[in-house]
Amino acid sequence: MNRLTSTHIVYLVALVTIIAGTVLVGTTGRNFFSAGNISDILTGTSILGFIAIGQTLVILVGSLDLSVPYVISLSSLVGAGIMANQAGNILPAALLALLVSALIGLANGAVVAGLKVHGFIATLGMGLIVSGYLGSTYQGSAGQAPLAFRLIGATGIGPVPVSTLIMLACAAVVLVMLNTTRLGHAMYAVGGDAPVARMSGVRTRTPVIAAHVICSTMAGLAGLLLAARLGVGSPTIGSQGGYDLLSIAAVVLGGTLLAGGKGSLVGTLGGVLIFAMLDNIMSVLQVNPFLKDVVRGIVIVVAVAVYARRRTAQRPARFGRGPTRPGDTAPPPGPGASRQGNGPARGDGTDARNEVPA
Amino acid sequence: MSVATERAVLQQNRSPRGERVLRALRTPSGAIFVLVAVLFVAVLAANPSFGEPGSLIRFIGRTAPIAIAAIGQYFVIVSGEFDLSMGSVVTAQVIIAGNLIGQDESRTLPVLALMIVFGAFVGLVNGLVTTLLKVPSFIVTLGTMLALLGLVLFWTGGAATGNPADSFRQIGRGGIQDIPVLEVLPYPVILLAVVAGAAFWLMRRPYGRTLVAVGDNPHAAALTGAPVWWIRTRAFMLSSLAATAAGVILVGYAGVHPSVGQGYEFTAITAVVLGGVVLGGGRGWVLSAAAGAFALELLFTLLNFLGVESTWRDSVQGAIIIVAVAAASRNWQRKRRGASTQAHDEHRPIAAPTPAPGTEGGT
Amino acid sequence: MRGSILGKVTVIAATSLLALTACTTDSSIEDPPAAEGTASSESTEAAQPSEDGTEWFDQAVYDEQDGQRSATFEGDPAQPYLQYIDGEMTDTAAFAAEGPQKVCFSNASISNPWRQTGWITMNQQLQVLQDAGVISEMETRDAQDDDNTQIADIDYFIAEGNCDAFVISPNSTAAMTPAVERACETGKPVVVFDRGVQTDCAVSFIHPIGGFAWGIDTAEFLSERLGEGDKVVALRILPGVDVLEQRWAAAERIFEENGIEAVDYFTGADPVEIKSIISDELATGDVQGIWMDAGDGAVAAIEAFEDAGADLPVMTGEDEMSFLRKWDETGIDALAPVYSNFQWRTPLLALQKIFAGEEVPAEWVLPQSPITEDQRGEFLTANEGMPDGHYAKFGGEDLPGYPTVWQERQIP
Repeated sequence: MNRLTSTHIVYLVALVTIIAGTVLVGTTGRNFFSAGNISDILTGTSILGFIAIGQTLVILVGSLDLSVPYVISLSSLVGAGIMANQAGNILPAALLALLVSALIGLANGAVVAGLKVHGFIATLGMGLIVSGYLGSTYQGSAGQAPLAFRLIGATGIGPVPVSTLIMLACAAVVLVMLNTTRLGHAMYAVGGDAPVARMSGVRTRTPVIAAHVICSTMAGLAGLLLAARLGVGSPTIGSQGGYDLLSIAAVVLGGTLLAGGKGSLVGTLGGVLIFAMLDNIMSVLQVNPFLKDVVRGIVIVVAVAVYARRRTAQRPARFGRGPTRPGDTAPPPGPGASRQGNGPARGDGTDARNEVPA
Repeated sequence: MSVATERAVLQQNRSPRGERVLRALRTPSGAIFVLVAVLFVAVLAANPSFGEPGSLIRFIGRTAPIAIAAIGQYFVIVSGEFDLSMGSVVTAQVIIAGNLIGQDESRTLPVLALMIVFGAFVGLVNGLVTTLLKVPSFIVTLGTMLALLGLVLFWTGGAATGNPADSFRQIGRGGIQDIPVLEVLPYPVILLAVVAGAAFWLMRRPYGRTLVAVGDNPHAAALTGAPVWWIRTRAFMLSSLAATAAGVILVGYAGVHPSVGQGYEFTAITAVVLGGVVLGGGRGWVLSAAAGAFALELLFTLLNFLGVESTWRDSVQGAIIIVAVAAASRNWQRKRRGASTQAHDEHRPIAAPTPAPGTEGGT
Repeated sequence: MRGSILGKVTVIAATSLLALTACTTDSSIEDPPAAEGTASSESTEAAQPSEDGTEWFDQAVYDEQDGQRSATFEGDPAQPYLQYIDGEMTDTAAFAAEGPQKVCFSNASISNPWRQTGWITMNQQLQVLQDAGVISEMETRDAQDDDNTQIADIDYFIAEGNCDAFVISPNSTAAMTPAVERACETGKPVVVFDRGVQTDCAVSFIHPIGGFAWGIDTAEFLSERLGEGDKVVALRILPGVDVLEQRWAAAERIFEENGIEAVDYFTGADPVEIKSIISDELATGDVQGIWMDAGDGAVAAIEAFEDAGADLPVMTGEDEMSFLRKWDETGIDALAPVYSNFQWRTPLLALQKIFAGEEVPAEWVLPQSPITEDQRGEFLTANEGMPDGHYAKFGGEDLPGYPTVWQERQIP
């Protein structure tokens, strides 16, 4: 443990971003740590944070979720539509929106785990199906979130938006689930090496389905939060943010292996924070919107490159230390490559938690 | 390879051609041709005039850019990677053609050369960052996708000056006139035939076989001495070059607009997967990827002819993709259970980069 | 091992606590966002229930815009960006200010050529007003087409911008209403333009007549020229945007009344898509007319007819240069409806009046008149050398930098 784990590096990168932000924002005569600025950054983390939490689980089990934008939109519409400006409807509306989202996740999981369709295609297809439903059923924004619900989107404790706190609470729950429950262990196991996991008695389908259900539910939460911020549901709010690819980028930036099996939720939150700060800094500096995308693209690649070359052993893992040979020139496995029998992830899962950064 | 397998291979390759074709059709890479045929009949039923040689050849011309893109994406996917930057490369090339050629015909050739170099360069960067810096290709090409599009829009202020010279646009819009039966043979069809032929040839060369082996198991391929990094990098270059070709056709076919090429990466990946190529690498036939593009385009055309409400088309498309890929996936699983059934699949090299003697004569 | 997990949870909790404690000191100075949210939301309660989002056609608005098409506009026709229909005026004496003022502009995006052209014009107008000592600087945040980002942008301006005035081009109508109200509550002048919001708290809402007027202009043009039973293909960019949906809602009704068969498609403004759609339509039967809810890709539609060897259609596009040029070249029977791009100048000019304490129209309806065949030549000459993505009625001919800045599309 004398070497840095990827999670440490993510937070080092975040620290560098903070320093750069302080200096750059300072040149405009502003304060990076002013209440308004911190509130802006944290607001930026909340929506992407929810999605990235779910995406982390899905990627851990070796899948992907590209349907999140449409689930977000659907959830915002179902939520705001049922609320119809009645405070009494908040609870049933929120529950139904989450149920609908969870069902989409269940369908995703069933297609991935049951029909053995790659997550990329399964969720791309599911996204198209939901998108067609949205386009046919809703024309523009609909519904109305009542005042009490909109407060969630508008209230802050000091500069910290309530939405960010809810997101962090969800992260804590998922973190505990991932590290202390059988389900969490199984998620790492299945993503690391499904055949080995199966042979060691893990039901390989359950964790995959569970990860997809949680991911879609998180997207549903993000949709509800957006309904609170917008006051209405919107059929395009999910795709507007480009949350599908951005969340995957945040997860990988956070040190999770795209092929699954290794990764850390805390790292993901670091990745989300980096993106939020980057957006904030560029907006304060009034960077040309086209160049913003250029910077985002370069930062994603460079930041991942910083630690991607390191041995996978340094990543938080559940199974073994991944004794890759020195001088092994093989590139990292792409998504779906987890079926390779000789990957580094093997072992009996005994002392794996030593690798998890505290 | 065991003696038994080798014998099975030999036996299967000696079986009559018809039987071999039938067997091939039962693999996912073969089933796509059945899907194309079914969709074609459905489109014909919806609109009989679609079957006239003239409109048929125009349809092939229209599908050419996405089929070429799918062929390019195939190289990357079969080697176990992703190329998400394809759409941005198409857009960038379309705008480069519009802004640099303009109405000056004499610039056509130099700019075309520049576009090819640029395409190869983008692929080289994608490949090297993926293989040498060990960044997952999904992330590398996502970064390229954002950065490239942003740069091009920044450079042009969001919109190209105008369409390139008509002579350049002929590549995508024109064709050889006065062909019997067909009336006209569009240039994109010729280009597609050339690209498909070259890809078919390349996949039967040692490079192609190594590429599939790398996708199947990079560690094993590395142990046999294959320069895995360079093999994959070249796949990325082929992909970007295919996107360049698609861009040249599209700017001719439809003209310059920043939305040309948007979402092309997902369409191409969908086409490749429909063609029975497995994400993660190692399985699938290059021409099936092209056939996947035809299946997609036929599907869109069918939805148009049937007058399906425009908002519902996404749903139908999504459902069909999932069903088709699920069916293909079941097929691969069945194939992987027995060694001898594996052997007849000529598109999947059984072992190392150099084909085993038994498989060489197949087809 | 359990310790390490607890450790992580503690880290998360601690970070949030740290953030809390670190900032409570500041929050006394800043307006607590909660209070703002509360106040603004209550005031909207009454205005909103009408929005159910299932039907875009609104007879009252339709009739109003139909009337405005032939209304008389106050002001000099040579400066259409300052013209308005006589109506309620807002008294701005309270906003009168000495010396250069800082403007904060929350922009929905510059993601299409129409917005890019307007954005260039706006910046040149800004230069004039800066030189005149009216505006010290304009800080801009671009939401890149995202409602959620734009809400955060407006909140940031309120908290950190030191703004003397707000200019807001909303990304969507209903969703942006609470944020615009929060901006109004700062007591600074707020000017909204292009798409509207469901509140009248802004000093002025600037917009051309609107989507229904566009739909009426175009559909009546096509209906006059086509007979009953003729087929029109309607090419639409995307669903759910009110400005665009209203164009189609009006046109669809008029086509129906005149017995014209209209089929609509969503194209994403992608010329490849457009060309494929028209080719398929021509393969199944004749098409007599093309209707577009925005002119991008109009050229591809005409080329599809040319390539199929079919008779060119009667068509409505937009005042985008590529369409005007193709129209001139082919000589088709066409109309170029206009969603006045010069409206991008007006918000800053409105602020100039506001800072001077002059009254401005509460709803500033700008002229929106289509370019007809007779006027086409004039606009082609006036915009010679402009790129294809330029809009003929951009209205910046008298601004510094003309014409190079627009020719080279210099986007700040």
